[in-house]
Amino acid sequence: MTSQEDIQDWIGKQVAGNDVVLFMKGTRETPQCGFSMQVAQMLNHLGVDFKDINVLEDMGVRDGIKAYSNWPTIPQLYVKGEFVGGCDIVREMFQAGELQGLLDAKGIAHNAQTLTA
Amino acid sequence: MAMQAEDIERLIKQRFPDATVSIDDLAGDGDHYAATVVSEAFLGKTRVEQHQMVYEALKGNIGGALHALALTTRAPS
Repeated sequence: MTSQEDIQDWIGKQVAGNDVVLFMKGTRETPQCGFSMQVAQMLNHLGVDFKDINVLEDMGVRDGIKAYSNWPTIPQLYVKGEFVGGCDIVREMFQAGELQGLLDAKGIAHNAQTLTA
Repeated sequence: MAMQAEDIERLIKQRFPDATVSIDDLAGDGDHYAATVVSEAFLGKTRVEQHQMVYEALKGNIGGALHALALTTRAPS
């Protein structure tokens, strides 16, 4: 990919064009980094359909996504166009049931039964 | 060029003078740390905003000298 503008434009299209997008190192089947693997596993555990984008395939995207979200690390999870967080935040949300709540709020199918008292 | 725990703590405390900071060296290689930061500055901020504030305090070392910082932030309860 060429100019920074093209990259930011391309990233914007991926984020807007897919309900759930995970910018990660490697792919959902073969993650190349423990943090990326953890987020992919959580999404798989919840049965969420997501688009995985392997930033290792294009240095421009790898750096561009950090500028796009003003977030310095990979992985980065987006739901309905909004940046949710990296591995720490997604794990914290998952453990607190907030990730499931966010998916419900955004109308995204997943298989976690909402915890009832 | 790795970072020392003291460097991380100093940078965070410069930005958050009231903060209590605890840092664990996860791998002993100066590259993988876990840090918990508790500060009034986080009140009313989302988790993403809180973490961005800490990353800014670490002046671009994240993703460079510091490969991974497992971060937990919260306002004092």
